[in-house]
Amino acid sequence: MMQKVNSRNRQGLSQLVIPLAALGILILFNLIRGIIIGDLGFFSIGTRVNNDGNLVLTGNIISIIDDASALAIIAMGMTLVTAACGGQDISVGAVGAISGAVYVRVLAAFGLDHITFPGVLAAFAAACLVTIIFTLFNGTLVSVFKIQPMIATLILFSCGRSIAYMITGSATPQLNAPLINSIGKTIPGIPIPTPIFLVIIMGLILTLIFKVTNLRLYTQTVGINQGAARLNGINPTLIKLLSFVILGICVTMAAMIQVCRLNQLSHKTLLDAIEMDAILAVAIGGNSLGGGKFRLSGSILGSYIILMLTNTLNDMSVKPDSIKAYKAIVIIIIVIAGSPGFKSKISNLWEKIHGIEKKTVSGEVH
Amino acid sequence: MKKIVALVLALVMVLCTAAALADGIKVGIINLDPAESGYREANVKDMTDTFTAENGYDATFATATTSDKQLDAARGFIADGVKYILVSAADADGWDEVLQEAKDAGIGVFLFDRMVNADPSLYTAAVVSDMAKEGETAVAWLESLGLEEYKILHIKGQLGSAAQLGRSGALEAKCAADDKWTIVREGTGGDSWDPDEARKIAQAAIDANEDFNVIYAENDGMANGAVEALDAKGITHGVNGKVVVMGFDCNKWALKKLLAGEWNYDGQCSPFQAKLIDEMIKTLENGGTIEGLNELNQIINEEKGFDAKTITEEDIATYGLGE
Repeated sequence: MMQKVNSRNRQGLSQLVIPLAALGILILFNLIRGIIIGDLGFFSIGTRVNNDGNLVLTGNIISIIDDASALAIIAMGMTLVTAACGGQDISVGAVGAISGAVYVRVLAAFGLDHITFPGVLAAFAAACLVTIIFTLFNGTLVSVFKIQPMIATLILFSCGRSIAYMITGSATPQLNAPLINSIGKTIPGIPIPTPIFLVIIMGLILTLIFKVTNLRLYTQTVGINQGAARLNGINPTLIKLLSFVILGICVTMAAMIQVCRLNQLSHKTLLDAIEMDAILAVAIGGNSLGGGKFRLSGSILGSYIILMLTNTLNDMSVKPDSIKAYKAIVIIIIVIAGSPGFKSKISNLWEKIHGIEKKTVSGEVH
Repeated sequence: MKKIVALVLALVMVLCTAAALADGIKVGIINLDPAESGYREANVKDMTDTFTAENGYDATFATATTSDKQLDAARGFIADGVKYILVSAADADGWDEVLQEAKDAGIGVFLFDRMVNADPSLYTAAVVSDMAKEGETAVAWLESLGLEEYKILHIKGQLGSAAQLGRSGALEAKCAADDKWTIVREGTGGDSWDPDEARKIAQAAIDANEDFNVIYAENDGMANGAVEALDAKGITHGVNGKVVVMGFDCNKWALKKLLAGEWNYDGQCSPFQAKLIDEMIKTLENGGTIEGLNELNQIINEEKGFDAKTITEEDIATYGLGE
C-alpha cells in the first residue's frame, strides 16, 4: 500500500511517525498506569460549573490541549522562521512580554474597569504592530545583515523583558473582566476553552495562506538553497522577513492568551522560557532545525507532546525537584528516535532483516 | 588665553571643594536592577527616597545585576572617598577583598537585603529579612484558623532561592510534626516564579479530583496563578470559600485581593531597610555605637503577615509594593 502513495506524501508522513508514536506511547503509558492504580481518571472528561456560573469541560485531556495553546501558536511561527532561516528566534518569550505589556497598556488607556470588544481589538492590533516591529528587527539582522539567528535574537532575548518593564512600569494591572475571561478561559455558553479555538483559527489561517499562495514552496526553497531560490526569482530577504512577521503575529496571540488566562501581566514571567519549548516542539515535530522542508502539524503535535508530558508528571505527583530531569530524559529519547542517524540505522536494520535492497528513499531523509 | 583657562579651572576647583564641603554625608549605594521584581523596585525607591540631600546625604547610586559590576562599583566608591557603602549583593561570594579594602580606607559598609559570605568584622551591620521566620509566621497564622484538617497544595517558588527554602521549611516541618497536616501535592516553577506553572499544578490537582483546602503559594504571582485554576474549575476560595489562599510579598494588587476577601493571607517580605540604615549612620556620625546586632552583625527586618479579615486600606497604602 505504501508504494501507491506518492513520494511527497510519504516524506511528509514519515516525518510525523515519530511524534505520533511518542504521543501514542504517552497515551499508552497513562493507560497502563491507570489500569495499575485502578483509576482511569486521566482520560475522563467531565463538566464543572466555574466560579462565574458557566458550564466548562474539565479533565486532563482538555487541560493539556488548552495549556498547549500558547506554545502551539508560537511553535507555528517558529517553524516558519526555522524553515526559512535555518535558525531559531530565541527572543520569543521576551518579545512576548513586550507584546503583553503593549496589550495591557492599550487596554488600560481605554479603562480597565470597562473593557469592551473594540478596546480588546485595538489592544490586539497595537500589540501586533509593536511586536512585528520587534520581530522585524530580528528579521533584518538575520536576513539583511546575515547574522546567525541565535546571535541576532540574543539581543532581544536579554533586554526584551526590561523593555516590557519600561512599558508597564511598576504596575501589575489586573484584568478582571468577563471579556478577558472569555479570551483566556471560556466563553459563557461554550464549555470548550477559547485558546483551543484560537489555535485552530491560527492553523486554518496559515493553511489557507499556504493553499492560495506559494509561500510554503518559497519558504522551503529559501531554506534549502538560497542561491537557487534567488536564481528562480525568489527574494530570500523578503521571504525571511515575512516569516518573522508571521512569528510576530503568533507571539502576540500567545501573549494575549497568557495575559487573559492569568488576568494579570507580569513582565518577568509572561511566556517564561517558552522559546526553548517552542524550538523543542519544532524538533519533536520532525522538522529539521537546519531549515528547509517543514510541517506545521508536526510542531503542533510536538507542543501537545510537551504539555502531555508535563501534565503526566504533574498527575503522578513527581517531586518538583526532579520533574525537569524526568522531562529531559523522555525528550532525549524522542529527539534521538526522530534523528536522521537513528532513522537510517533502523531502516538499515529493517532492510537487512528483510533482505530488501536499499532504495533511494533514504536520500530524502535529511 | 591660558590665564583664562587657568582661572576657570581654579574657579571650578574651588566651587567643587565648596560643594563637597556643603554637601552631606557621602554614601555610595549598590543595588540590583529595579526591573527585577516589585520587591526590588520598592527597595530602590526606598533607598533613593531616604538618602536625599534634604536628609543630609550626598548619595551616589549604582545598579548592577552581576557581581563583577557591583564589585567595580564598590571599588569606584572607595576611590571616590565615600564615607559609607551600602550593598545588596547579587552574589554572596567574592566580597572579602573589596570589603577589606573598604575597611582599610575607613569606610563603613552596610549590607541590606542580601548577606555576603564574609567575616562579620568586615562590615558594620547587615539589615536582612529572615525568610524562615516569614514561613513560621505564615504557618502559625494557618494553625490559628483551627481547621479540622489541613490538606495543603504546596506551590514552591524558584527552587534553592532563600525565599523558597525559608518559606518551604516552616511548612514542611509542621507537616512532618503534625498528623492533621498533610501536603496533598507539591509543585514548583522550577527555576522561576512562573504563575502559569502554579496554575498548571493546581489544575492537575483538580483534574485528579484531589481534595485540598489550603493553597500555600510562595509568592503573590503564584498564588494568583493557582487561584485562576480554582476559578476556572469552579472551586470557591478566600474568606467565605472552601480553599484558604496564602501568598507572600505583599504586592499592592495582592493586598487588594485580600481586602476583597478573595485571598486569606499575605506574608510580608519587607523591602524597607533604608530607614534603619539611616538611623544607624546618624548614630555613628553622632559618635554613638550601634546596638541590637546579633553575632553575625545582623539586624532582622521586622515583618508582618496580613489577614484578609483585618487588613485595612491604610495597610495597603503603607506596606503594599508596586502600584
